[in-house]
Amino acid sequence: MTHQYPALSPEQKKALATIAQRIVAPGKGILAADESTGTMGKRLQKINVENTEENRRTFRDLLFSVDASISESVGGVIFFHETLYQKSNTSVPFPKLVKDKGIVVGIKVDKGTAGLNGTDDETTTQGLDGLSERCAQYKKDGCDFAKWRCVLKISGCCPSALSIAENANVLGRYASICQQNGLVPIVEPEILPDGDHDLQRCQYVTEKVLAAVYKALSDHHVYLEGTLLKPNMVTAGHSCTKKYTPEEVAMATVSALRRTVPAAVPGICFLSGGQSEEEASLNLNAINQTPLHKPWKLTFSYGRALQASALAAWKGRAENKKAAQDAFCTRAKINGLASKGEYKPTGQADQAAMKSLYTASYNY
Amino acid sequence: LEGASSHSFASSPSHSDDCLQDFIYQPIAIMTHQYPALTTEQKKELQEIAQRIVAPGKGILAADESTGSMAKRLNPIGVENTEENRRLYRQLLFTADERINSCIGGVIFFHETLYQSTDDGTPFVKLIKDKGIVVGIKVDKGVVPLAGTNGETTTQGLDGLSERCAQYKKDGADFAKWRCVLKISETTPSALAIMENANVLARYASICQQNGIVPIVEPEILPDGDHDLKRCQYVTEKVLAACYKALSDHHVYLEGTLLKPNMVTAGHSCPTKYGCGEIGMATVTALRRTVPPAVTGVTFLSGGQSEEEASINLNAINTCPLIKPWALTFSYGRALQASALNAWRGAKDNEKSATEEFIKRAQANGLAAQGKYMSSGTGGAAAQSLYVANHAY
Repeated sequence: MTHQYPALSPEQKKALATIAQRIVAPGKGILAADESTGTMGKRLQKINVENTEENRRTFRDLLFSVDASISESVGGVIFFHETLYQKSNTSVPFPKLVKDKGIVVGIKVDKGTAGLNGTDDETTTQGLDGLSERCAQYKKDGCDFAKWRCVLKISGCCPSALSIAENANVLGRYASICQQNGLVPIVEPEILPDGDHDLQRCQYVTEKVLAAVYKALSDHHVYLEGTLLKPNMVTAGHSCTKKYTPEEVAMATVSALRRTVPAAVPGICFLSGGQSEEEASLNLNAINQTPLHKPWKLTFSYGRALQASALAAWKGRAENKKAAQDAFCTRAKINGLASKGEYKPTGQADQAAMKSLYTASYNY
Repeated sequence: LEGASSHSFASSPSHSDDCLQDFIYQPIAIMTHQYPALTTEQKKELQEIAQRIVAPGKGILAADESTGSMAKRLNPIGVENTEENRRLYRQLLFTADERINSCIGGVIFFHETLYQSTDDGTPFVKLIKDKGIVVGIKVDKGVVPLAGTNGETTTQGLDGLSERCAQYKKDGADFAKWRCVLKISETTPSALAIMENANVLARYASICQQNGIVPIVEPEILPDGDHDLKRCQYVTEKVLAACYKALSDHHVYLEGTLLKPNMVTAGHSCPTKYGCGEIGMATVTALRRTVPPAVTGVTFLSGGQSEEEASINLNAINTCPLIKPWALTFSYGRALQASALNAWRGAKDNEKSATEEFIKRAQANGLAAQGKYMSSGTGGAAAQSLYVANHAY
């Protein structure tokens, strides 16, 4: 390991770093519109819309044809494979529609989870086979970043050492392959919020998982300045009896990241998990107001937390299109503000009161 | 963890080559539950000590030369390496006036020195503490060979370390230092050297914190060799990544630690010469890729650099236009003491001027730690322009 065999040329590195910085430019985050066909089924079923290719296209068209000013809050959109090759109502290919607004196009490249035998139902994620060729094609077809989701869970005996090591390693491989093909890899080691564990437990597990992830990225010679991280926020489990404030969530999240994520990583784009739209915005805002030094951008990569109201307003009916688009744009704007710590929901306490909330929850 | 064997995972290397992959799967027991190593109060104390040491404009005087190392310092100036001479020499450093209070945050002692006093009987520890400077102690017991490697080493000193730390804490020390050594050559550092030294540093750090002592983690990569700047940067990144993974595995509280790394420089016999801007950029880039923001401060060793070089390079590091979330300061031995030693030459009449030489370097480095050092001969603007040209991708 004494000699470097440079994985990337300076030009390749510069291109990757530039893409990453554009995605997380100040006030911007990511619209995760990469729901697989099966997952879209779950979203559409809730509003009684049939899960057809046309309906999926229509909904994504609704999101992607909003006014270009959306690019003030959205720096990147993650696509699902099918969507990348669909067109708008006016026959404009979706990638072009999005790019013309100045937004970077991304693509989900993993092929879902697979069981880790001998564990308590833990998983790794598959999709490495032929990934390089797929990435090269996606780059030609307009993508500049990719996303790959690994999943871990907290329980009496999870996550196991194998799960942590295996998921970190597969993320390292994926990231390395992406960069070879000019795609910025978003690294997503999601720790599910299922369970009754408290905030401290989630913080501890998040720190261990992220430490393993960044060691793997180093081992795989990944260029950190050309990556993004998509982690869970640090929260208690869904069935935890204790409730925590956004400031406590923020403090725990920022502490965990400060202990594990090198400053070279340009941006951290949180997943929203099971959070409501408002919760996800409040938490992101609190994260950005946390009075600790935060050397990376801290923004959003939200799916449900950007689309829930839009879906509910749409209900599959053309006459609801504008209302749905307005709902989406509203959440986008709010999260754009939250990514700068400038979201002021009505009823929030003043600066001084907010500060004392952080001091009280400072986490040694 | 006892009883965790059902979920422990170990992998033995499948073949004898040096592949790092074989060391990724370490035997680690269940890691889902935290067994807090430190209470909130203990963590608070450690963090505050670390912050005091690297307060803005302050760095560390590394006065922990072992008896053997002191011989190498005293022989060239014709001074006999006796306990009394070592005491007299440290005295002229420690009796510097209040001008050093604003630029020295910590002093690292050698064991012998911790129990010595001034001519009028004031213990050195008290003298230093009364200046508001934190007292530290070197706790390692030197390097030992790693069999089967190309002259590589690990560092010993773990035996009874906890008890020793507890005693040092009682005797006035609030931080410790442990030096590991790696080297760059065709075949080194090997995966074993990186892993073993990272592991022993993490054990040391964990034990220190249990005893209220802030561990300075020092994984020195020697400047010997003809390798270029890029090679040093690459190796530094790999070594530091391993260190921080080990510190995480050993449950070390990063906010209560300091890092003492080498700057990223070319080897001594490298034919290419690099400017301070390039050194600054390469060093900061390597740290940004590996050192978590939670680490309170990075206190560079000076290695073989001259006093002026060490100050200029530290200044360049601090003026590097990248986000640097930790304090970046000095932990210098030779680079603070060379002129003082030369001025002293063992003569009582020279003590005052020797102390002055030390104060001068301390102040220069205090400024460098803030990016405010103006060396005669380096135009500020000229140095700045080097950054854009040499951004280290």
